[in-house]
Amino acid sequence: MQRREFLKISSLGIGGLALSGTLLYEFFNSANDETDGELHRFPTYCEICFWQCAGWTHLDKDKKIWKIIGNEDDPHSNGRLCPRGTGGIGSYYDKDRLKKPLIRINDRGKQSFREASWEEAFDLIAKKMKDISSKYGPESMALFHHGSGGKYFTNLIKAFGSDNIAKPSFAQCMGPREVAYAATFGTGLSSPEPLDIRDTKCLVLIGSHLGENMHNAQVQEMSDAIDKGASIITVDPRFSTAASKSKFWLPIKPATDIALLLSWINVLITNEWYDKEFVELNCEGFDQLKQHVQSFTPEWAFGITTIEPDVIVKTAKTMHDASPAVIIHPGRHTTWYGDDTQRLRAVAILNALLGSWGKRGGFFIPDKASLPHHHLPAYPKPAWTWKDTVDGKYNLVDLGLANIMVDASIPKKSGDNSKVIKGWFVVGTNLINTLPNTTHTLKAIQNLDLLVAIDTMPMEITGWADVILPECTYLERYDSIRVNQNREANIALRMPATKPLYDTKPAWWMARELGLKLGLKEYFPFKTQEEELDWELTQIGSSLKEMKKIGVKKIPTPDHYLYIAKGETIEFNTNSGKIELYSSAIDEEGFPAMPVYTKHPEPEDGFYRLIYGRAPMHTFSRTANNPNLTDLMDENTVWINPKIANLWDLKENQYIKLKNQDGIVSTFSIKVRITERIRIDSVYMVHGFGHADKKLTQAYGRGASDTEMITNVLIDPIMGGTGMRGNFVTFITETV
Amino acid sequence: MRYAMAIDTLKCVGCSDCVVACQTENNVPIGYCRDWIVEVTDGTYPNLTLENRSERCCHCTNAPCVRCCPTGASHKTEEGVVLVTHSDCIGCAACITSCPYDARYTHPEGYVDKCTFCYHRLADGLLPACVSVCPTKCLYFGDLDNPESKISEVLKNRKWKLLIPEAGTEPKLYFLI
Repeated sequence: MQRREFLKISSLGIGGLALSGTLLYEFFNSANDETDGELHRFPTYCEICFWQCAGWTHLDKDKKIWKIIGNEDDPHSNGRLCPRGTGGIGSYYDKDRLKKPLIRINDRGKQSFREASWEEAFDLIAKKMKDISSKYGPESMALFHHGSGGKYFTNLIKAFGSDNIAKPSFAQCMGPREVAYAATFGTGLSSPEPLDIRDTKCLVLIGSHLGENMHNAQVQEMSDAIDKGASIITVDPRFSTAASKSKFWLPIKPATDIALLLSWINVLITNEWYDKEFVELNCEGFDQLKQHVQSFTPEWAFGITTIEPDVIVKTAKTMHDASPAVIIHPGRHTTWYGDDTQRLRAVAILNALLGSWGKRGGFFIPDKASLPHHHLPAYPKPAWTWKDTVDGKYNLVDLGLANIMVDASIPKKSGDNSKVIKGWFVVGTNLINTLPNTTHTLKAIQNLDLLVAIDTMPMEITGWADVILPECTYLERYDSIRVNQNREANIALRMPATKPLYDTKPAWWMARELGLKLGLKEYFPFKTQEEELDWELTQIGSSLKEMKKIGVKKIPTPDHYLYIAKGETIEFNTNSGKIELYSSAIDEEGFPAMPVYTKHPEPEDGFYRLIYGRAPMHTFSRTANNPNLTDLMDENTVWINPKIANLWDLKENQYIKLKNQDGIVSTFSIKVRITERIRIDSVYMVHGFGHADKKLTQAYGRGASDTEMITNVLIDPIMGGTGMRGNFVTFITETV
Repeated sequence: MRYAMAIDTLKCVGCSDCVVACQTENNVPIGYCRDWIVEVTDGTYPNLTLENRSERCCHCTNAPCVRCCPTGASHKTEEGVVLVTHSDCIGCAACITSCPYDARYTHPEGYVDKCTFCYHRLADGLLPACVSVCPTKCLYFGDLDNPESKISEVLKNRKWKLLIPEAGTEPKLYFLI
């Protein structure tokens, strides 16, 4: 928007100050419904993070994108976007955006590209895909994706004949939690997690820093819970924002969470502070659990966690007093130490013992909906998938594991090209910063015959691509309907507020055009996306026309209940039909059926455990160049306790480099933040900085990349996730 | 009619949504802001406190910026909102120097700019952009003269503090503690 134009409007407002008194009484509302004659708004849902809050994109009187405001009818956001959602306009105005299809003209990683037409880019991709298929089979094509565009490429890759499809949000993030909850309650939690935070009396956060991670509705509800006097218990080696709002902050020694959880279970059972009726009716394996945790006393846990026994007992009592309106938060980014499924199992067991499943203030039963999709012909059955490359491991997992697909892209023996992945589509995920162990990822990339990156921004991954397809931003395109589980199921529409800037296109169009080139027309029955959306919406009694007007529609399931009654027995989707405190599924896989504490290595002298987390104004590494959001935070810092800073003679705001236990030195320097808020055995940094792609003019070289420091990857034997908190760093002060 | 704002420091997580919402609503150029986040840590590990708060112009009852403005560009409305008429501002920055809260900045186009409590929105019955967007609902806005208003209610029922009360400016930004 042009500043001058706007000034005219605002100075008019300021000049004409004589507002009539009648306007100025307590009539304020938080509604953002501003469709006066000159403004225009279009429904959207946010793409800056996975939460997907619905809102309205407003245009100014020159029809340029002005601001994005939450949609009041959206149960996800209640009309309030987070800073990233509000700053989402920066993704549109970012001058560094990808603008044309690009084809690589030099060695991979050299960043030499030439502009190409879409036709030429598609021809090249289709030819390479056919080559890969004829040499190795269609299964050798893989897809990594995150965000809305992935759906369309999933259809393309499946139609092509491969099921090697993964989202890093599983094996690098919430996978252990989903497997643990499935093993315990017979279902994963999905997104958004059905947590009744607004009505809880006790919220326990274990390494989960709500407020710094802006999982919007959860942050909103935590605030509601604070208003209502809920007790918050935060377990974190760092004094997080959430810790500062808590009744109890347990500054745990990192990597010892399972010991604390087991002792809490011990205290609940020993003092009979668990929900006896609920456990008797709905749980299986209580006697084994009781036996199992007998020796895990608070005194035992104190020696491991450094949390005082009386604090362990007091916090357990607080949970009991709140029961069943208590939530031991299941977390989201859960891939820490490689025994993550077991840690999340302990969390699930605690929730079961406290009877919080299906209870007000605990876990509600989410109302789920689905949108019918147009019938497609059956996909060809692939001869193999990534699962066939791991010798019968990870049987509890259905979703693709991104790290295993990377492993499968490196031939086990040179010249052995059986079950090897040779082509990648990478949609909306910067794998170089998303996957731990950058060197390993790059090695895999060098073995590929084809790497296609689809993104709105140049990112490290696009620099390694053979072909780059520039996607328009979410403000310039339609996408699939957001179908949402919540207290009431609901759907949301995303539609373009303006034509795409530059020669950029939606993923829907790209996948279809490629499909046509590959002779897969029958998998793409609609000519336009509007046609497809309208068809789908019509099936549930709505229409594209209606959704354009309202943006969000609640579609509650008749007779859906949020809570189960006291004394009610319910059927769970586990082997036994009960909540399994003793997991038969995990037992069958040859792993301990109940969680055990494993001691993890500690930092050597002069090294500190690397803990990473989130800042509220950024999403992973993908917003680091957004002009509106970098204005709020343009680099990360390394948090160091004053005692350690003193030892190293470090000064506030000094730039240092980090070196990890494997001798890897950070490419860029990072600013020192000396703060009491971190333990002496650890350092902390916000993830997503230290971008190495010079095309990101805001983000390049700002701060350091934690991913670069994560070379010791602790694989979860149960589900294959990549534990990333077993890394230690030291400081290099001389080279700045 | 006296407009005021209260910030609940017990709920504020310092996410900066108020900052970016203000910037987009009022088209504040990138690199400048009318509101901002302050984070104060106290104590030693592990006995710590942390206060997050969203700050902006305090729309002081006794506003030094209005008093010292040579052109009358800085002025106060009858509802106590302190505003700057951009076209009357000569950019002398006397107001910037006089403000104990550092709430004003010189816009790249030469005039002084600051928080207006989103005066243009109030006329439409809308809350200031920062208040309406805040995910934690930690910002309260309303009329101090109306005992029924939410802000009167929270100020009656909660402990609060002012920033730099000794400056004698009688700020109308209250921090709930």
